[in-house]
Parts: sequence; C-alpha cells; structure tokens
Amino acid sequence: MSLSALNCKFQALPGPLPMQRATVTREQWQAAPAAVDLGGGRLVSLWGSDRRGIDGGFAVSVAYAMAEGLVWLSLPLVETPAPVQPSYPDIARVFPAAGRMQRACRDLMGLVAEEAKDQRPWLRHGSWPEDYFPLRREYTGAESFAATPESYPFVMVEGDGVHEIAVGPVHAGIIEPGHFRFSVVGERVLRLEQHLGYKHKGIEKLFERTAPLEGHRLAGRVSGDTTVAFGWAYCMALESMAGCEISWRARWLRALLLERERVANHLGDLGALGNDAALGFGLAQFSRLKEDWLRLNRELFGHRFMMDRIVPGGVAIDLDVARGERIRGQCDVIEAEVRTLKEIYEEHGGLQDRFLTTGRVSPRLAGQLGLCGMAGRASAQASDLRMDFTWEPYAALQATMTSHRNGDVAARVTVRFEEIFESLRLIREIIARLPQGRTLVVLDALPANGVGAGWVEGWRGDVLVTLETEAGSIRRCHCHDPSWQNWPLLEHAVMDNIVPDFPLINKSFNLSYSGQDL
Amino acid sequence: MWTMFKQIVRTGLRTEATPPGNDDWRVERAEGERIHADILAILGRALTIREVDAGSCNGCELEINALNNPYYNIEGLGIKFVASPRHADMLLVTGPVSRHMVVALQRTYEAMPAPKLVVAVGDCGCTGGIFGESYASCGKVSNVIPVDVAVPGCPPPPLDLLSGILTAIRSQKQGGVGAGRTASKVP
Repeated sequence: MSLSALNCKFQALPGPLPMQRATVTREQWQAAPAAVDLGGGRLVSLWGSDRRGIDGGFAVSVAYAMAEGLVWLSLPLVETPAPVQPSYPDIARVFPAAGRMQRACRDLMGLVAEEAKDQRPWLRHGSWPEDYFPLRREYTGAESFAATPESYPFVMVEGDGVHEIAVGPVHAGIIEPGHFRFSVVGERVLRLEQHLGYKHKGIEKLFERTAPLEGHRLAGRVSGDTTVAFGWAYCMALESMAGCEISWRARWLRALLLERERVANHLGDLGALGNDAALGFGLAQFSRLKEDWLRLNRELFGHRFMMDRIVPGGVAIDLDVARGERIRGQCDVIEAEVRTLKEIYEEHGGLQDRFLTTGRVSPRLAGQLGLCGMAGRASAQASDLRMDFTWEPYAALQATMTSHRNGDVAARVTVRFEEIFESLRLIREIIARLPQGRTLVVLDALPANGVGAGWVEGWRGDVLVTLETEAGSIRRCHCHDPSWQNWPLLEHAVMDNIVPDFPLINKSFNLSYSGQDL
Repeated sequence: MWTMFKQIVRTGLRTEATPPGNDDWRVERAEGERIHADILAILGRALTIREVDAGSCNGCELEINALNNPYYNIEGLGIKFVASPRHADMLLVTGPVSRHMVVALQRTYEAMPAPKLVVAVGDCGCTGGIFGESYASCGKVSNVIPVDVAVPGCPPPPLDLLSGILTAIRSQKQGGVGAGRTASKVP
C-alpha cells in the first residue's frame, strides 16, 4: 500500500527522517488502519488535542510508521452541537495497542473511541473526577480535588485452584510503581493483568505552561533512562516546526549521546538479568562497567545520564581530539570486557536454562500486537529508525540492525549484546569521522500556529514527540514511549511461565512506567 | 567456570572510600570509617532501607541502584535495601509524589516500625522539582509524609545519596530527627 491509497493531502514535516501530516475525514480515518496494516505499517501513537483556539474543535491524532516514514493523521471532531465527550472511530480492532492509548485519551481529553471494547479508565485512578479532563483548555492543570479512590475492575479468572497474586504499586525492589494482578494455578501463571498510571504527574499539561525553548528539559524527564532520546525527539519536533536545520556536527554528536544512552541501559539490564537468574557475578561485573561508562559521561559531558545536553538548535556539548580519544579508549576496554562476559553468560548452563524459552513472544504475536523496538527485534520485528530510513549520520555509518526470531529472554539478551557491540562501533566511527562546524544554531521565529514532530530510536524503541503551538506557545506536546506498545505484550510473554520467572521476563523488556504514565 | 573465576580475580576489589556526611544537610562531617560503627551504635544492627518511587522519572532510581555496584558497595557498609517497609529503618523516597501514589506512600510509611527515618531524594522529592504541584502531583515528599533529610540533584549522584543516608543516621544520633513529626497537609 502506498500513502496515495489513503487519498489525503499530506504536508511534509521538515526533519532528518521522512514525516508527513494530513487532516483527514472520518472515512479516511476509518480506512487508514486496515490500509496501514496491509502495507506492513504499524501504529506508533494516538492522542487527542484541544484545538478550539486554533481551528475550531477537538482533534484526535494517530501516528503510523510506514515504509514512507511517519504518517500523522489528524481527525477534527467538529460535530454540532458539540457533545460533552466528542467521539471518533475505534482503531484498536486493527491495532490492539491503541486500546490503552484511547482510554488515556478519554481520561485526559474527554474524547471517546466509539464502541471500543475496553471502556475502563486507564490513567485516571480517582484522584480527579470523571468529568474533569485536564488537557482541555478551560483548565489550568492547577486544580486540586479530594481523592475518591476507585476500585479497578480486573478481569477475573475462575476455575479449580485458581488464585490471584496482587503485586504493587510498591514493588519489592528499587523500581517504578505499578500494579500487577497474576491469576495462577500453583506456580503457573494463567493470566497477568497490568494496572498502570500510578506515576501520572501531569507532564503533558505542564507543557502548556512551558516555554517552547525550555520544553526539552521537561521532555528529558518523561523517562530518566531515555532522557537523550526524548530530548532529541523534542528538539527535532521544535526544529521541524521552525524549519530549522541543525549543523552536521550537532547531528553526529546527538547520535553519539543516543548510542551512549543505549549502551548504558543495555549494560545495566544485562547485569540485572544475570542477577535475576541468581548469577550475582553478572550484576557485579556489568554494574561496574556501567559505572565506568556513566563516570565518563559526567567527566566529558557534565552529567551521568547526559540530561539536557541536547538543546533546541543543536547540542550543549562538544568534543576535541583528546576527549574523543578518551571515549574511543573506553569503547575498546568495554568491548573486551563485554565479550568476556558474553562468553561467560553463554557457557553458564544454569543461566541459559533460565533464559531459553522463557517469556516467549512469537514473531506472529509480536506482529499482531505491535511489539516494537529492541524487544520487537528479538521477536523478528525488523524495525529500527536508525536503519529503516536513509538519514545521517546513521546512513553514513552504515548502522546495522540486530534481530532474532526466538522472542524469549535469551533472544532479548542476545539482541542487547549485539546492540552494545554495534553501538560501540558506531561511537568509534562517530569520533573518527565527526564533521567540523558549529554545535548550535539559533532557533528563532516559531510559527504562531505550527506543528512539528520528532521521532528517535531510543534504547527501548522509537519515541515520538509531537508539538502543536498556538500564538507561539505550546498548545499540545504529546510524548510517546514505546512501552505503550510493549506492556501488553509482557502480559502475553508471562503466560504459562512460572511466577518466579516473572522478574526475569520483566527485566528482559525493562519497560518504562513513567514514560507511559506521563 | 574457569573464565568466570579469571574475570573475578582480574577485576579485583573496586570498592572506593565512603564519602563524609554533608554539612549543608544538617550534620557534622563524619569519617567514612566510622559509619559502620555508628550504624551499629544507633540501631544495634545493620541499616535497612525501603525505597519508594512515588512518581519520579526513574532517574533517581538509576542512581539508587548504582549504590549497589562494586564501587559504592553499600552492603559492605551494613546498609541493605529490603523488600518490606516492616523490615525497614529508613524510607528513601523519590518524587514528586503523584496523587495516585499518595495512599501507597502513606501506607508504606505507616507500616514501618518507629523510629522512622525518611530521606527525600532528588530535586523533585525536595521541592517538587520541574513537575511541581498540579491536579496530578502533590509535589515534594514532605507534603505527604514527614521528611528528615532531603538530598538535592537531578538526579543526585550516588555519593550524594550515600551522604544523605549517612546524614540522616547521624542526625538521628543527635536526636534531631525521626521523632515522628506530623506531615504537612496534602495540597
């Protein structure tokens, strides 16, 4: 399928990757999911906007990833007289991952997916009333309500010997909060149901009160372990809107930071995965390497996680030859260490016994439900924005994608190892071939009522930031983390596994709570 | 197996010296070597910490986790993260406290045995940080439960976290904290 089959007028959004936006009719909105699916495309995100001050009404938007690039469709909801909760055709029948996004869209903006199967609230837990829609323009977001905790209707599993294990929101470790409801027989998991949203802290509303040139700081705190990817995506969206082209040097340096973030997270998770399979040695070794990695970040870039180093118009860091050599030297050391550890992991029978066939997501299921990013690649979903499109610096670096078809914990471990090696190679190449030039250009003259999008392959998968302005201020900034797609797959991955393997399976995905709770 | 032993021997001991406490966080400077003895003197046993993420971006958790790596080796100091608040001497809380986490945080605090030490972590835990207070966020941790020591930073690096934890222990020794002060009202 090509975009032309959708028969809508696309506006190209400037940016390093191909991105297009169109305002669609209800019929086009309804036809799009099947057409995208048929063409091998996938759902990226769905969100609502209040455009009553811009062009008259509410709008619901969807972003699809297609061979042609990002396709952002916006459906104006202009029914008259305007209902309290305007509605739009459900797309979750074709793209099940849209289900939770549609529920969140109702909680925050009061837009309803017609005849959607699941009408339960998702991000609203009773801390604000059912008829308060924080993202609507009549509210400042500073409103405060007495909490009326609501019980969440979990799906009950019935049968002989079935019992429930309720876990969270406070988990037994140093991890983010969320609730998991296991239905088990003995130690076998029949069903897992997640209830997330505990960390919802009003980020998207806060953007309305954030100056466009400061928004990268807030975007960089959507999910702390993905701060580089979100910072870059936000800046890309702003630059896309302003039609601003950053220097080549800045682009390459952004890629350097992104790859350093990827390596840091994979190192941390590979250690934790060893630990969750009772190999404390793995945690000690990998956490040592991660610490070395973060310390060099702090030394060279001033921050262990490189927060706020990507700024509108470029980057707030630079490299000279000596610093470049430090990084190159560290890559050599880390690579040798990780190769040794990979061999140890692979030869450790007890570890492999826990990893292999555990938490399997078959390629077929991954495709049907839209598993994306690193976990998707471990289940044969060959998609990675760095390689899907021809864009610099990744094209010049000839970045290669790693994938696997087993879809189990072992496959995700393998993909992580391979991605570390590839990222180390990319980092060394970037240092060797870094273009000369400025690192920052001045970003001025934002259009009064503009739109922009930024799309970046973070370490978990593709993060998307979309931006809509009104009179030069942020009207709507939507931040999408790939965890939205992948959390529901974790529910499937754990089925028929034993309860003690849940932490291992969970860690092999390591999904973001904050990134999806917003 | 042989490769693993070789790697362990080759890696050697990487644990570094413990930092002193921090004057700005309300306590006299302390020598790292005395920490373990102090913990024993105050608590009569190792210090146990229950960590609660009450709404952070997860950045603070990355740094708290780093305390367990061989460089900081927090368990070597007799400090251990535990799974239940009923086993905990100290609550380490990252924020801002989302409204959805208020009840869970309060219940965790109530489940701890007295005297309770509470350390708020990060700019968001200290002041609400970039997120502040809103329909969804209660802001700083002390808006919800009493806090003894607040460690700033976005996120605070591991050494600052360690200093903050030690500051709270030393403050308790001086009788300054953990006395069960009442929480200010949830906004």
